[in-house]
Amino acid sequence: MDCKIFGLRKEEYETIKKQLGREPNEAELRILGVMWSEHCSYKSTRRLLRQFSSEGKQVLQGPGENAGIVDIGEGLAVAFKVESHNHPSAVSPYQGAATGVGGIIRDILAMGAWPVACMDGLFFGDPSKEKTAGLMQGVISGIGGYGNAVGVPTVGGKTVFDGCYDGNPLVNAFCAGLVRHDGIVRSNTAKPGQITVLLGSRTGRDGIAGAAFASARLEEDTKGSRPQVQIGDPFVEKLLIECCHELLSKGLIVSMQDMGAAGITSSASEIAAKSGRGVLIHAEKVPLREKGMNAWEIALSESQERMLLVIEPRYFDTVAECAGKWQLECAAIGEVTDDGRFRIMEKGKTLVDLPAEIVGGGCPEIHWPSIPLSESLTKDLTDTVEPEYPDEWGNHVLDLLSSPNLKERAWIYEQYDHMVQINTVVPPGGPVSVLRVKGSERLLAFTMESDPWSCGLDPFAGGAETFMKAARPLYVCGAQVLGMTDCLNYPSPEDPGNFWALEESVKGLATAASEMDCPVVSGNVSLYNESPAAKILPSPLVGLVGLLSRREEYLSCGSWNEGDKLFLVGPIKGSLASSLSKRLLCGLSSGRPFVFDAAKERSFRQKALETAHRSLASSGRVLAGGGLTVALAKECVLSKIGAKVDPECFMEAFEVFFSEGGPRALYAVPSGKEKEFRELWDSFGCAFIGSVSGERLRIDGFLDLDIDDLSVAWKG
Amino acid sequence: MTYTAEVLVYLKEGVLDTQGKAVKQSLQRLGFQDLEDVRVGKYIQLRINAENEEAARARAKEMCVELLVNELIEEFDIKVVD
Amino acid sequence: MRAAVVVFPGSNCDRDVIHALRTTVSADTETLWYESSDLPKNIDLIVLPGGFSYGDYLRCGAMAARTPVMKAVRRFAEKGGLVLGICNGFQVLTESRLLPGAILANQSLTFICRSCTVRVERTDTPFTLGCRENQVLEMPIAHHEGLYFLPDEEISRLKKEKRVVFRYCGPDGELDDSHNPNGSLDNIAGIVNERGNVMGLMPHPERASEKILGSDDGALIWNSLHIWLEKGGR
Repeated sequence: MDCKIFGLRKEEYETIKKQLGREPNEAELRILGVMWSEHCSYKSTRRLLRQFSSEGKQVLQGPGENAGIVDIGEGLAVAFKVESHNHPSAVSPYQGAATGVGGIIRDILAMGAWPVACMDGLFFGDPSKEKTAGLMQGVISGIGGYGNAVGVPTVGGKTVFDGCYDGNPLVNAFCAGLVRHDGIVRSNTAKPGQITVLLGSRTGRDGIAGAAFASARLEEDTKGSRPQVQIGDPFVEKLLIECCHELLSKGLIVSMQDMGAAGITSSASEIAAKSGRGVLIHAEKVPLREKGMNAWEIALSESQERMLLVIEPRYFDTVAECAGKWQLECAAIGEVTDDGRFRIMEKGKTLVDLPAEIVGGGCPEIHWPSIPLSESLTKDLTDTVEPEYPDEWGNHVLDLLSSPNLKERAWIYEQYDHMVQINTVVPPGGPVSVLRVKGSERLLAFTMESDPWSCGLDPFAGGAETFMKAARPLYVCGAQVLGMTDCLNYPSPEDPGNFWALEESVKGLATAASEMDCPVVSGNVSLYNESPAAKILPSPLVGLVGLLSRREEYLSCGSWNEGDKLFLVGPIKGSLASSLSKRLLCGLSSGRPFVFDAAKERSFRQKALETAHRSLASSGRVLAGGGLTVALAKECVLSKIGAKVDPECFMEAFEVFFSEGGPRALYAVPSGKEKEFRELWDSFGCAFIGSVSGERLRIDGFLDLDIDDLSVAWKG
Repeated sequence: MTYTAEVLVYLKEGVLDTQGKAVKQSLQRLGFQDLEDVRVGKYIQLRINAENEEAARARAKEMCVELLVNELIEEFDIKVVD
Repeated sequence: MRAAVVVFPGSNCDRDVIHALRTTVSADTETLWYESSDLPKNIDLIVLPGGFSYGDYLRCGAMAARTPVMKAVRRFAEKGGLVLGICNGFQVLTESRLLPGAILANQSLTFICRSCTVRVERTDTPFTLGCRENQVLEMPIAHHEGLYFLPDEEISRLKKEKRVVFRYCGPDGELDDSHNPNGSLDNIAGIVNERGNVMGLMPHPERASEKILGSDDGALIWNSLHIWLEKGGR
C-alpha cells in the first residue's frame, strides 16, 4: 500500500503495522495520517519542546491540555494559549483568520474558562504589494468579523511586515479566559459508562484533513486547496459558549474537548488516552449537514463550532434541553469504554479499531539533521555592514515612525471590538494591554512579541530576546510575569539549516523563560511555512500573561509631565544588528544581536517592578523598535509635550539612540522622586539624558522636530 | 406542489449604497473602466408549499413584508418557478 | 430602579449593561429571555443591549425585532415604560418600528471601535435630565452598522420635533463631518420616540460608566433614569 497518499512516512507505516499486529485498513490509515501529521503530533519538535519548563507554583495546568492555566489568586485562574492558523489564512484570508479565532476561543472554553481576551500575531509580506494589501484586509476583517460577533474583546497583538512572508502570511491567534479553580475542566476524568455528546453545528465535509494540509508546503496555486478551508459561524460559537457555561454551572459536564484539527478523532481519542480509557463512536449518530459522508470523513471533519462533551448518561435529557434553548444540535454519539481502544462503528459494523494512545501519541519522533549555518552566520556576525549614518537624524526618525513595522496600529485594532465585557483598562496600541478582573483589585497584563530578524541572525540570542521583548514591558508596567505561551513558526524542518535555527531559537526562548522564572504552559508549532517564492525567517511568537495585585502598582507610558527628568536605564547601547534603523538604512540585518544576560535581566526586572510599585516615575517605556529615539518620539506624541535631550555625554551617538535589544528603558521621573529613582538604578546603569518641556523633541546637535510632525509620521 | 420563490432585495434609489460604491471603485481599479454603476443586493431562495404559483407568490410577498425586507430602505422582486 | 435586560441569541453586552446598572445606580436588574411574552412585574426600564442578535444575519436587529419579547416591549412602551436600545438594541428598535429610520453600514464599510464624543441635544428626556444642555459626553462606539438613515422629508420632521438626543461631535461640541464616525445623517447618534420614553443610541454608555474604563460619562444616563424614577416619572 502506498502510505504516502495518507501523509505517512514508510517507517511510520511500519510502526503502525507493528503496534497493531496487522495491516491497518483504509479508514484507520486516513485517521492516523492526519493524527500523525506534524500539526497534530509535533513529531519533529517534541524533543525540542521538552526544553520548556512548566514549573512554577502558580501553574495549575501545564502543556498537554487544550490550554495552560495559571493561578492569579483569590480562587481565580487564567487559561491561555496561542495557536497558528497560517496555512488556512494564506489560502482564504477571511475564513482562515476567523476560524483561527474561533478555534482558540473553544480551546479556552474547553478548560471551563470564560474567554475574556484575544490577541493576534500577524505576519504579512511587503505591504506595498497589492497582494499583501488584499490579504491583510481579509485577515483583519476575518478576525474582527468573528471576535466582534462572539463578544470576546481583541485587546492586543503584534503585526510584523517582511518580504519573507510574501507567500507565507502567519496568523497566530491567542485567547485567555478566566476560570475559578474549582471550575477547571480536564480531559483525564472520563469513566466507563459515561457518554460522549456532540454539541454545536452539524458535521459536513469541510476541512477534512486540514491538519495534514497545515503540515505541507504551500503550492503556487492555492485555489486548488480551497475545500480544505472551513467556514466559521461566530453566531453559533457565541451560543456554544453560553450553552457550555450554562451546562458547567449546573455541573453536567465531566469533560469536554474542542473539535479542531482532526475533529471527532482527535477530541475523542484524546479524552480516551488521557483518561486511560477507550471511546466508541457510532458514526451514524452524528448529525450531518450533507448526505453520503462515510465514516472516516465524519471522524476527520473539521466543521467548526462543535464541542465533544463527556457526560453521565442520566443527564442527557437535561443537556439536550439546554442545547435546544441555545438552538444547538446535540446528539449522543458514543460512550466511554474500559478497553483502551478508539473505535468507530457504523450500524453495528466496526470500521476503526485502534489503541487510543497510539492515535494521538504513537507517532515516532523524527530527528532531522541539524547543521549550523556557521558560514553565513559568522559572515553576518562579523562582516557587519555599516550603514551610512545620516548627519541629521530628523528625517530618519520620521521614516522610522512611518515605516510599516512601527506605524501606529489604530487602523487595525479599531476594527476589533476591544472593549466588550467592560474589562479593558489599557486598550491595544501600547506595549501592554491591561484588563481588570471584576470584583477584584487585580489587573491582568498581556503582551505579544516576535523578533524574526534577530532570530534570523543568531537564533539563540534572537529566541532569548523574543522572550525578553515580551517580558520587559510587563516588568516596566509593574506586572509579575505568570506564564508564557508560544507559537513556533518556521519553514521546513527537513532542511538542516532551518532545523538548526529552530533548535537554537527554541533553546534561546526556553533558556530565557526559565532564567526569568516564567513557566511555559501551552503553545503550538507551525512548520513548513514556505512557498516556492520564499521561506519565512525563524518566527517564534511569544504571548505572556502578567499580574498586578493592585491598580496603584501600574505604571503607564505616554504620561510625561512638564519638568520630568528623563533617564535611560540599562546598558547605554543595545545592538544595531537587526535593528529597524539598520534595516531601513541598508536594507538588511547583519552583525550580532544583543546577547542575553540572565543576571542583568533579573536585576532589571527587580528594579523595574520596584519603580512601578513605589511610583518613582510618571512614565516608563522599554526601548524596542527604533531604539531610544523612537521611544522618546512616542512618549512625546502620547504625552502631547516635548523634550530637550542633551546627548553630549555619549560616544557613538547613533548606536546609543537607535540600537535595540537588552534591558533598556526610558523613564520620566518627577523632580521629587529623582533621588530615590537614582538610588534604585545607579548600580544598574542610569543616565540622565534630558528633561520634559516645550512642544518639540530636541536632541542637541542631531534633531529638532515638532511633536505634531512626529504625530503625523506615526499616526497619520 | 412546491414552488421556488427567488427574492431579490436591493436598496431603494436614494439610499446610500456604501457596498455598491466600494465594489464599483474596486472594479474600476481593476480596469473595468466601462463600468457605469454597481448596486449590491441580496438573493433569497424560498421553497414554498402552495396550491398554485399565485398563492406561492402571495406567500413570498408576505414573508418579504413581514421580515425579509425593510421597506423603508429596500425594494424587492419576486420570481416564482416550479 | 427595577430593570430588565433582554437577551437575544447573539446579544453580547447584556452582562455589561447589568454590571453598569448595578454598580452606578444599584438597580435591581434581571435578564429577560427573548422568548418570554410576559414581563416581570413592576419593571421600570427595559434595556435592549448591544451584540450581534441572530449573528446580524439578514439585517441587523431584523430577526430580534420579531421575537415574542418585542411584543411585550411594545406594550410596555405604549404604556409609557422606559425602553433603551443600545447599538444592536437601537437597530432592534428601528426594525420593530418603535423608533423611526433605519441603520445602515458605516460609510467606511468597516467595524469601528473607539471612543467618541457626543453632544447632548435635549436634557428633558428621562435618559438625559441629569446632563447639561450641549454637554459633551465621551462614550465608545463599536459597530459595523451605525449610519442612521431616514428619507429627507422625515428627517426634517424628526429634527423639528426635537427627537435627536445625541449627536456625534468634536471635543468642544462642534458638529462637522470630521467628527462623524460612521456617516450618520446629521451626525445623529441617538433619538427618542415622540413620547420620549423610548431611546435608541449607538454609543455604549455601559462601556463608559466607571473611571477605570477611561470615562464615566455614560453613568449620567443611568443616573438620569434613576432621578426620573425617584421623582415619580416626570
